[in-house]
Amino acid sequence: MSEHEYIPKSKFGKWFNDRLPLLTLANHLTDYPTPKNLNYWWTFGGILTFCLITQIVTGLVLAMHYIAHADMAFDSVEHIMRDVNYGWLIRYIHANGASMFFLAVYIHIFRSLFYGSYKAPREIIWIIGIIIYLLMMAAAFLGYVLPWGQMSFWGATVITNLFSAIPLVGEGIVTWLWGGYSVDNPTLTRFFTLHYLIPFLILGLVVLHIWALHVPGNNNPVGIDIQKPSKDTVPFHPYIVIKDGFALLMFMIVFAFFVFYTPNILGHADNYIEANPLVTPAHIVPEWYLLPFYAILRSVPDKLLGVVAMLSAILILAALPWLDTSKIRSAVFRPLYRQFYWILVADVLILGYVGAMPAEGLYLLIARVATAYYFIHFLVILPILGFKEKTIPVPLSITDPVLGGSPNLALAKKNKFEN
Amino acid sequence: MKNFLRILPIIILIIGFSTKLNSAEKVEYLKTNWSFKGPFGKFDRGALQRGYQVYTEVCASCHSMKYLSYRNLAEKGGPEFSEAQAKAIAASFEVKDGPNADGEMFTRPGKLSDKFVMPYDNVKAAQAANGGAYPPDMSVLVKARGGGVDYIYSLLQGYEDPPSGVTLDDGVYYNKYMYGNKIKMPNQLSDGLVEYADGTKATVEQMSKDVTTFLMWSAEPHLESRHQMGFKAIVYLIILTILVYFSMKRIWSRIETEV
Repeated sequence: MSEHEYIPKSKFGKWFNDRLPLLTLANHLTDYPTPKNLNYWWTFGGILTFCLITQIVTGLVLAMHYIAHADMAFDSVEHIMRDVNYGWLIRYIHANGASMFFLAVYIHIFRSLFYGSYKAPREIIWIIGIIIYLLMMAAAFLGYVLPWGQMSFWGATVITNLFSAIPLVGEGIVTWLWGGYSVDNPTLTRFFTLHYLIPFLILGLVVLHIWALHVPGNNNPVGIDIQKPSKDTVPFHPYIVIKDGFALLMFMIVFAFFVFYTPNILGHADNYIEANPLVTPAHIVPEWYLLPFYAILRSVPDKLLGVVAMLSAILILAALPWLDTSKIRSAVFRPLYRQFYWILVADVLILGYVGAMPAEGLYLLIARVATAYYFIHFLVILPILGFKEKTIPVPLSITDPVLGGSPNLALAKKNKFEN
Repeated sequence: MKNFLRILPIIILIIGFSTKLNSAEKVEYLKTNWSFKGPFGKFDRGALQRGYQVYTEVCASCHSMKYLSYRNLAEKGGPEFSEAQAKAIAASFEVKDGPNADGEMFTRPGKLSDKFVMPYDNVKAAQAANGGAYPPDMSVLVKARGGGVDYIYSLLQGYEDPPSGVTLDDGVYYNKYMYGNKIKMPNQLSDGLVEYADGTKATVEQMSKDVTTFLMWSAEPHLESRHQMGFKAIVYLIILTILVYFSMKRIWSRIETEV
């Protein structure tokens, strides 16, 4: 929070602000002291806000034309694609927007992992972020069901069936989720309702996420606590606004390329076949952003344990601030962690790849090794590393090493995430 | 980045490995030059009109196109028949309508606003007439098949005598591009099957290409405006990005940190 008290200039502004301090809030948001050494990996927060708003706005328009009924959903989507003015554009933005949202959120999460942004005093920001990520996955899954294509239907069947693994009450829960004895119209209507609800829950959590961020302020590539405001910070506006804007535009170019030139490449062809409960597709695969977890699910031979493993893989992230015992935040000063970080990135990519392949033979073996490594990284390597690792001394501030001539900022610069 | 470079070989290995595995499973589809590919791709009007002719004279006896209306045939970005032509096409079909004031169903000539007339009343009727196999609706068929246009184009030309050792049931045919190689649709196209109004020679290859182009349009009727808008949008974004980049440099020059 800014230190000085904000007093509006105009009389009316003062009158209004005394009753509802919106102007104080606006002033806080513009003046908000931000570390000046943030690199482009820090721009994805803004990009994610853009993604959420894009999804909500395009989703609202789609909901005006979409019909949540098992007999009409597929037709209404084709109606949107053909007869609604620019319906094709809105739907392709929404469908590809989901993928872009996940692309951005994965970069955002892995940035946190690299620079230790989840560590004290930012645990609450991190945990809210994990909840947002979980809700995003729920929203994406529910949304994928709505066009009522073959993958929608069978994806819904496979995923809801996971709950049947719960002992005793599993079957009952599945029937309750479906609203019947199979995925059918009641399932579709409730999925539509929930798909409409969740983005607003996410929006609320995003407000909390940003609020929680504004208490300690941003982490930064050097990962040290800094004085705010000071030589190490810049006001959010205009410095960070313009930088986020620039990064967002770059992101939008990629986004536009998908929407206009390869709008279906991230989807599955089978979803242009209307749902048919009597015909099972040859391979049922989730969207690309869920593949690593799908691989973990399938790598465990027991159904219940598979579900537990998949959920743990996500929930383990919430415990990360306490699993990582190192006092040093940024990987720049943690030579060993840096190696393990990149191995984890490769591990998740491998999981994603085998998740798209049939669960048999060599693929299954790779999936099992990669799943095991995923958990070893968080449960064994990180806790031990904090005690064993010889870290590099961190500079005292972002600016001071330049003036004082400490070699460590040069090091920080050299080892920046991207260069 | 250095670390990224270290894992790069792994990623390349994965990608290389996967493409190799995939190529081992898949047959190479026949290739042809599609006018609608690429950022400036447009449909070839002649091909669309010929493709419609192939559809209506050959495919339409079994395959429906339930999302198309006759008005679409005259719309911009499609086959662009004149309105009079599209009206004449629509009128050549008998459409079931009603009930009228007496509560009776009746038939009348088609209008532009009518959907394409379906060959069968329902899926069951279609299956009964085709040995149990439902001829899929072709409106979005191109998008509903993994290989897209190349797959459809190849499939239409992929009929062969089965290799020795493969026995086919009655009413099942061998097609080297079909998933599992067994297809219930017999070979439909033969040279000179239709007589093109524009004088193009109706070879199997030509008809396959024309009808596939038509199917691409039916699956993506707004493809042309999508490509045009995409070009404008991306050029706009690039210019704006450059302007914002220089503004950013200017603003950040006030402090001594690089951006």
